[in-house]
Amino acid sequence: MTEVSQTTTALPHADTDTDPLHYWIMAGIAALVIAAPFLVYPFFAMQIMLFAVFALAFNLLLGFGGLLSFGHAAFLGWSSYVAAHSAKVFGFTPELAIFAGTATAMVLGAVFGWLAIRRQGIYFAMITLALAQMAYFVALQAEFTGGEDGIQGVPRGELFGLIDLDSDMTMYWLVALVFLGSMAFIYRVIHSPFGQVLQAIRENETRATSLGYETARYKLIVFVLSATLSGLAGSTKAIAFQIASLTDVHWAMSGEVVLMTLVGGMGTVFGPIVGASVMVVMQNTLAHLGAWIVIVQGTIFVVVVLVFREGIVGMLSKWLKRSL
Amino acid sequence: MLELIGISTYSLFGQLLVGLINGAFYAILSLGLAVIFGLLNIINFTHGAQYMMGAFAAWMMLNYLGMGYWPALVAGPVIVALTGIAIERSMISKLYRVDHLYGLLLTFGIGLIITGIFRNYYGSAGLPYPVPDVFQGGIDLGFMYLPVYRLWVICASALICLATWLVIEKTKLGAYLRAATENPSLVEAFGINVPRLMTLTYGFGAWLAAMAGVLAAPMYSVNPNMGIDLLIVVFAVVVIGGMGSIAGAIVTGFALGLIEGLTKVFYPEASSTVIFVVMAIVLLVRPAGLFGKVA
Repeated sequence: MTEVSQTTTALPHADTDTDPLHYWIMAGIAALVIAAPFLVYPFFAMQIMLFAVFALAFNLLLGFGGLLSFGHAAFLGWSSYVAAHSAKVFGFTPELAIFAGTATAMVLGAVFGWLAIRRQGIYFAMITLALAQMAYFVALQAEFTGGEDGIQGVPRGELFGLIDLDSDMTMYWLVALVFLGSMAFIYRVIHSPFGQVLQAIRENETRATSLGYETARYKLIVFVLSATLSGLAGSTKAIAFQIASLTDVHWAMSGEVVLMTLVGGMGTVFGPIVGASVMVVMQNTLAHLGAWIVIVQGTIFVVVVLVFREGIVGMLSKWLKRSL
Repeated sequence: MLELIGISTYSLFGQLLVGLINGAFYAILSLGLAVIFGLLNIINFTHGAQYMMGAFAAWMMLNYLGMGYWPALVAGPVIVALTGIAIERSMISKLYRVDHLYGLLLTFGIGLIITGIFRNYYGSAGLPYPVPDVFQGGIDLGFMYLPVYRLWVICASALICLATWLVIEKTKLGAYLRAATENPSLVEAFGINVPRLMTLTYGFGAWLAAMAGVLAAPMYSVNPNMGIDLLIVVFAVVVIGGMGSIAGAIVTGFALGLIEGLTKVFYPEASSTVIFVVMAIVLLVRPAGLFGKVA
């Protein structure tokens, strides 16, 4: 029995056509990012932007690569541990700490990807989940991660030794730069020849192979890219919020990023940003519900999978008859 | 001889026993996953929650209804199987025509809901379930101490695995199941109700998971989170063994439990990660899994 059946309906069609509308939307998002700190609490906006980077990175893999990773928390969590530790203990400047965290996620992504692309479909998901659980146990036992307490009081430091990030507004602009840069980068990747080949592999791997593409190599590259960008989100998060904890490396976080992408619309360019915003807003407004939040999340999973598989942006895109 | 390297036979065999029991649970759970996957083509992420529900069913029957261990062992898994059937009919069956990944995401969501509900009402601390009177105490074998209940769990698990294997390999129903796994549309053409077979299969998988849960209740504290952590390990077991063979799933489960037990004796720091390391090695050496047919 083949693991990925070609006869069943595939994941939603990922559109990789360029459209001037996309540039307008990105300009709109940039304007929103500039206006946000004057309208909402900067912390809140930073949280949305960093989770949006995480979800964008995840969607690059799932929506455009067709690979469902259930272990992305490992990249987010481990990069934030390394960034926090190198800033706090080694005294790295923030850009170096972020670089160190991102590089860690890249290496981890290369190892996970190298192992996981040997299998397909649900096995791929199970392997990434199992490897991430191993990364979780290592984080739980390692001395430097601080176990249940995490690494607290991470200094934000001075960017390039020049710009003091202690003020929330300065920090906000750095996060905004990371977010907008990642969005533009991912947009470029999706619409590059590499992105086109990825889509071909996702639609029909056998045919892509027969056309002479080394599909394994493409899958590994997109996996490492996705892990690296998740690491960028994780390490920036550690610096911005001055904490690295077990929450970010736990399997529940891997589930959350799947949910963000699903809600927003997998395989759409802007869906993950919408999905991350929705989930962060929801978590902040429903925080008082305590344990119920997991039930709410589970219910959203069920409802979205059963009746709303396109997600918010996917539905908008269908309605406008344009790829978004 | 073992005393020379600082390990008493009591601790060695004690850990091996724990390993064997964990292995039995890995075997039962991966068996259920494999049977469900074979026919329904979905990986059942709710499996951990169903295991937890089995343990809770036993606890609730004892504390709310005053029912003892034996009625719970019979009724608990049946109740969980019925909820499984309801879940399959109302939700999972709607997804057979879309990508398999959606089935995984759906069952993950259902697992979150169930776990969340139990966590909400019973907290995460864990509830005690007494060892039934007949199985109180233990036997000192001279080289190890054998609690009677653990002996029973091993025997019962081995029996469950054997019975499942017999049903699938030797009965008519099992033959239908195997045939439908190979080619559902052809089997349907012979007049067999494949959708009903799928529903029953899912119920049976849930029954197996809940059975393990009831067996686990007197040994481990009954805890809403007991399922998901176990399930992730079982996923690794499934990747190692491959889901192609029933016997393979059983052998892999027991073997990995033993490996984990041995690691606890000789290098306890690695005991929570050893199965994942084995998985990584197997992926490098035999990507299809030890008993897998296709990559």
